[in-house]
Parts: sequence; C-alpha cells; structure tokens
Amino acid sequence: MHPIVRTLLQRVSLSVATLLAVSVIIFLMIEALPGNFASAILGQSATPERVAAFERQIGLDRPPVERYVVWLGNLLQGDFGNSLASAGSPVGHERTVMSLVGPRLKNTMFLAGLVAVVAVPISLALGLLAALYRNGIFDRLVNLTTLTSISVPEFFIAYILMLFFAVRLPWFHSLATVNTDTELLERVARCTLPALTLVLVIVAHMMRMTRASIINLLASPYVETARLKGLSPARVIVHHALPNAWAPIVNVIAVNLAYLVVGVVVVEVVFVYPGVGQLMVDSVSARDIPVVQACALVFAIAYIGLNLIADLVAIITNPRLLRPR
Amino acid sequence: MYDLDRMKGMAAKGKVSRRDFVQFALALGLSVTAAETMFVKAARSEPKRGGFLRIGGAHGSTTDTLDPSNYLDTYSQSVFGGYMSNSLTFINHKGEWEPDLAESLEPSDDAAQWVVRLRKGVTFHDGKDFTSEDVIATTNFIRGEESKSPVKSTLESVVEVKADGPHTVIFKMSAGNADFPYVLSDLLYCMLPSRDGVADWQSGVRTGAFILENFEPGVTCKQKRNPNYHWEGRPYFDEVESLVLTDVVARTNALTTGDIHYMNRCDLKTLNLLERTQGVVVSELTGFGHLTLPMLTTVAPFDDVNVRRALKHAINRQDIVDKIFFGHATPGNDNPIPPPPSVKYATVPEPIHVYDPDKAKFYLKEAGLSSLKVDLSMADAAFAGAVDTGVLIREHAAACGIDVNVVREPNDGYWDNVWLKKPWSASYWSGRPTVDWMFTQAYLGGVAWNETRWTNARFDELVNGARAELDDAKRGTMYAEAQQILHDDGGQVVLVFRNFVDAHSDTLAHNEVAVNWEIDGLKLAERWWFA
Repeated sequence: MHPIVRTLLQRVSLSVATLLAVSVIIFLMIEALPGNFASAILGQSATPERVAAFERQIGLDRPPVERYVVWLGNLLQGDFGNSLASAGSPVGHERTVMSLVGPRLKNTMFLAGLVAVVAVPISLALGLLAALYRNGIFDRLVNLTTLTSISVPEFFIAYILMLFFAVRLPWFHSLATVNTDTELLERVARCTLPALTLVLVIVAHMMRMTRASIINLLASPYVETARLKGLSPARVIVHHALPNAWAPIVNVIAVNLAYLVVGVVVVEVVFVYPGVGQLMVDSVSARDIPVVQACALVFAIAYIGLNLIADLVAIITNPRLLRPR
Repeated sequence: MYDLDRMKGMAAKGKVSRRDFVQFALALGLSVTAAETMFVKAARSEPKRGGFLRIGGAHGSTTDTLDPSNYLDTYSQSVFGGYMSNSLTFINHKGEWEPDLAESLEPSDDAAQWVVRLRKGVTFHDGKDFTSEDVIATTNFIRGEESKSPVKSTLESVVEVKADGPHTVIFKMSAGNADFPYVLSDLLYCMLPSRDGVADWQSGVRTGAFILENFEPGVTCKQKRNPNYHWEGRPYFDEVESLVLTDVVARTNALTTGDIHYMNRCDLKTLNLLERTQGVVVSELTGFGHLTLPMLTTVAPFDDVNVRRALKHAINRQDIVDKIFFGHATPGNDNPIPPPPSVKYATVPEPIHVYDPDKAKFYLKEAGLSSLKVDLSMADAAFAGAVDTGVLIREHAAACGIDVNVVREPNDGYWDNVWLKKPWSASYWSGRPTVDWMFTQAYLGGVAWNETRWTNARFDELVNGARAELDDAKRGTMYAEAQQILHDDGGQVVLVFRNFVDAHSDTLAHNEVAVNWEIDGLKLAERWWFA
C-alpha cells in the first residue's frame, strides 16, 4: 500500500476514536457543571415545579448515559439533534443544531480563510527575507514587530485597532456583524479589523518558524555546495533550502490555522462576529448540550484534519518518505 | 414673529434645512445656540416617516426563540414582544394603562368579571382578522398544563375566558382584581393568532408595528414596517434591525462610529467620556427595577424588628449610589414601589431611611443588644457590584457597632443555594407596574417569592382588600398604609432603584419616554423617529 494512503487510513480511523473520546469528555464536563439547561434558562424566576416540567419537556429527567447513547445513535445516522432551546416546539419548528452551527461555521471558516490568505504568504515571505538578510536591520525589525504583536493580548490589539481605524479614523467598521444575506464585498469590509487583528497575532509564529528552519538548513553541506557553485543567496534559499524546510513550516501553519477555527472567541466577542466560538460559549452557559457537542466536534475535526494535511504535506515534500525502499 | 413661526412649521415638516433655519433666525436677532435649540425642538415636535433604525442591545442569546414564554431578557421582550406584537393594553409614560388591542375594559362591581371589547379592524401580519378567538387561544396557551410562561401564575385567578361575539371577551375570576388591565399589558401576554383554536407563536405572525423579516438567534433580527398597523401613522421607521451586542465596549464603539443609533446599558465608568462624544445623547431614567438585601425574618437575629430597623439605618445608601453606581441610581427607602410619580398609589413612607449610626445604635439597644454580628451573603449573580456593595456596608455598619461579615458566594447556583436560603442575601427585582402586582408576588405572607418570609396580618388584609376595591381614594389610603407597614416592619432592605442609562444618536427624536421597562417601555422602535 502506498505510504500516503496508509497514513491517511491510519489517521482517519484514529481520529474517529479521538472524536468519540472528545464527545464523552465534553458531555461529562457539562454534566459536572452545577445546574442544567432548565434552571439556567429559567434563572431566578424558576419555581421547582416549573423546572421539573421543563426538564420533562426537554428530556433532561432521563439518566445521562441514556441521553448520551441516544445522542450518539442519532449522530451516527447523521442527525445532530435539536437545540434544547427549541424543545417542546411542534414538529417542523424545532431548531436543529445544524441550522445553528451551519451559518456560524461558515462565518468562522470565512474569517479563518481570509486571515490565512493574508497571513500565510506574508509570514512565509517575511521568514524567507529574514533568513536571507539574517542579523541585519531588516531581520531585527521584522522580529521585533512580530514578537511585539504576538506578546500583546489579542483583545488589546483588537481595541487598539478599533480605536485608531474605526473610531478616530472612520475607515473600517467597529462591528463585524454579518448575516446570511451579507454580500461578499461587504463581508470582507466588515471583517477587515478582526482579520487584521488575527493576522498580527499569528504572523510571528509562522514567520519565526520559516526563518529558523531555513537558517538551520543553511549550515548543511548541500547548501554549501550550492553556494560554492556560485548561486545567488535568494536562489539557494528558495530552491535548495526551502523544499527541505517545508515539514516543520507546514506543521506550524496547521497549528495556527486550527487556532483560527477554534480559538478566536475573544476576537469574535470584541468585534461581535457571529462565529462558532461565541456560539459554543453561549451554549455552555445555557448548558445546551447538543449544541456544545456539535461545536466541540467541529473544533476537534478542524484540529485533526489540519494536522493530517500537515503530515501529508511533510511526506509528499520528502522524497525519502514518499518513496520508501 | 409670524415668519419665525412659519419657519418652525416648515422645520417640523422637514421642508427647511437646519442651516437655512439658523440663518433666518440669526437675521431676526436670535443667538446661534437659541436658533439651534429652536430648530431641534421644532424639527422634532412632529414625527417623520422613514429611515432604517439599528439598535444595539445588551442582551440576547442563541437560545432565544419566538415563544413568548421564553422572552426572558430585554432583547426578546423588546424585539418580539414590543416591536412585533401587541397586548390588550399598554402602560403609558405616566405609568397608567391604556387600551391597545382592546377598545374598552369594563369591570363588574366586585371587579371579579371583566368585559373586554376588542378594537375592530385589526389584522395580523398575514391578513387574518384579530378576534376574540385569538384572545382565548392565547390565554389558554399561557394557562395550559404544559405552559412555562411566567405569566401563568398571574393568571391563576382567571377561572373562565369566553367569547361574546367576535369582538368581546369575558374574563371571570375567582376574586376581584381592580388592576386586571395592568395584567393584560404584559408583553409576555402578547396576542398570538389562533390556528384552529391553538395559539401559533412559531410563525412570528403578530399584530405589531413591525413584521419579522430575518431572525438569527443571538446575532440579529430584522423587521420591516407594518403598513396596516392599527395605530394611525405609526410606526415611523421603514425598517429596524436589533443587534445582539453583549460586550459594552463593542456597543459603545458601534454607537460612536454610527453603526447603530441606540444602545442600552451604557458603561457607567466611562459615561462622562461618552457624553462628550459629538452626536451622542445620553439619557437617564429612574425605572422600577431595584436591588434588595432580603433578611429572613424567621431566623434570629432578623426575627427581631429592632434588629431589622438597626440594620436599615446602618447602611449608607447614598454612598453605595455614589461609589458602586457612580451616581446613576436612586437611594431606596425600604419600599419596593418607586417614589412617585411612577406607579399609581406610590407613596414615600416616613421617616426616610438614611444612614444614621445613632438611630442604629438606639434600635440595637431596644433589641437588648450592645453589639451585633451578622453574615451577609453576596454574589455578583444578584447584581453587578454586589460583593463590593457588601464590603461598603461592612464599613458603614462598623460605625454603628454592627459587625457585618461579607460572605462571597459562587455565582453559579446562586438562586438555588443562597437566595431564600441564607439569612441575609442580595437580590434584584425588575419591578411591577402596580402596587398590587409587586406586593402579591413578593410580599404577601406565604407566597413563593416572599424573599423575607415576612408575614403581617394587617398588611395582607390591606393588600387583599385593595385588590377588589374600585374606589380610587379608598384604595390609595389602603396602599399607603400597606407601604408604611412594609417600610417600618418588613425584612426587606430596598437598597437602590437602578437608573436606565441609555445613549442614542442625536438624529433620533421621541416624545415622553415610558419608564415601566427599559427601551421606552420596550416599544422604542414603534414610538421614536428620525428627526
């Protein structure tokens, strides 16, 4: 069997087990929190009878194991279930988990994609240039700026950007609220500031890794040979060093892209961007288990999938791994 | 000054620009400021049609639904209850009820039967006529076995609802209730269309000023003007979008950058900065909402009225208003009915409870104590700043020889484990539009929400008697006495009445604002307009 196919199969089957474990852990953790959906929603105004009636209505009076098994069974048939918020609605008016998560997931993917399209080329270019002119003024400047932007908390960057580019200079929107009707250009315009914030947050990591792995290779004999052949430094780096540096770089890119999908809830809150992160936080505080589970699965899939892609790229770019003897 | 009046009229109709008006007024010898003010006043006196209003609300979540049993915060209450729906009555800016979908309400002599005549010619958004069948379906939806509506308990005394023709509904109650029209004003009791006798909330088809266009839970809701609205001329906006902006900084920035026109719940710490922003108007109103420190009067030492009085005098409410609420609250006087003019029959019981260490010490002596040590259970789940308030109270009480031990309780499960369980804790009330409603729900002996477990036979007799009393003067005297008893004897510390601090763009104009709820009685989109 081809090593790529083998890795793919191995990893996919492993990830199914991981997803199962994730769902169990999330379920147990929400069960361990005090209160449930009924009491969280009814709050101070809840009388015990009202809470009990509500629990019966949404099926929370059943034992946790039964509820988990039913949920899992439905999931295997491709049904993510209904949000507890719509429980008790007549047939046809339930709010499915997919109808909640779907549009949010699109938003999250859109923002992550926008950031990736900007951040990945920039960090690769900056990393290459920094390696090329290492220890010079340019290198130091790039390092200083990116390290500063990664060291500052993201909400702070977000507020600073908002203050200067939305409040003082009315160039961009301070709110990134989009809905399903928002047109593409409007969407990009509204997402400018959150995307810029995230670019500033993730560029440093990828750029430093590119720089480090290339500089690492520059000491190896074949680079020395290339240089002795009289090749220009730029050609040495791009054609000789970079192909061998892909594996670690792609790994870092994967980690950062995964972060864009799962970890940007702070930026979502600051710019009021309707992404999956905010949905998950809302659902945890309301103890809306089906929605939390779906969000957790989405996040887990994003992590596992991106890491899988990174590994595949590492294999493809390495002839020794691609064609094993 | 005939010409100036004419210009004012034109300004009101939007036929003259601000610039032209000011130039004209200057020519007549007015100062620029005076002319500006005059223009604004004139231009706003008459509502104008048109525009797309965007509101940023402090509440709203992904669990919001169109089900009126589930309108739990000001977002769904205003967007679905206020803008999209109507109840049989509403509360005006003076705190009095007025008919809305009803045309008139007539009580029987004992107020135990109400004949409600419905407004004719009202249609739902889908064109269906509004009739008594819809009222009955809605009422049964709320009273039903499976109902989780908070209004259910309020309607418990209703024993029968029946139609008398398409435009008359008769409510029969087990006991008289002179305040029944106020009960009908609840936005959680908004009228739903009946489909074969069953109330339909799912479709979002209502009678209100705006028609539902697009609703994304926890994100946004867009609504368009209802051209067939039963209030002549209203609403003025063509469209309204209500955004969920729970982060106060995001909300403030959205307002200052012009992304939204109205926000509620301003950040009190930075309010003076917001006030200086050009084009932004900060508005402040004292509402019915209040924060309380209930003492369980069944538990020592709070079972002694002198201890309760000592503690009521040992709290410096003004200090709490200044330090915790930055002045945006009104000190309470241990009467949960806000000081007049607010709710009908509200009084200010004397002596007003202010910080007075001597009096506190006097009452402590009356109780036969030389010193006192009590626990105060606080968590910010009760209200933001509760723990800090506790620490302040500890300082105030120390000067009166009372040692208040502030116990910080966890926010999660506060209402289950602390409230109504610990002898002295913190709580909040959003207030009620009538004295009876507030007292019946939270102060009569033995009711579920009686936070202090306080019982007083005379108080119960007065409240129960006044409910069925149709004579205004007699009723007023009874309620005055009840408020006095609660103030003197009760276990409730009414700390402060919280102000609604909202901000809006100066392009918005409005008439007098209702205070029964936030956001102009939750009906801002129906009542305001672009100047």
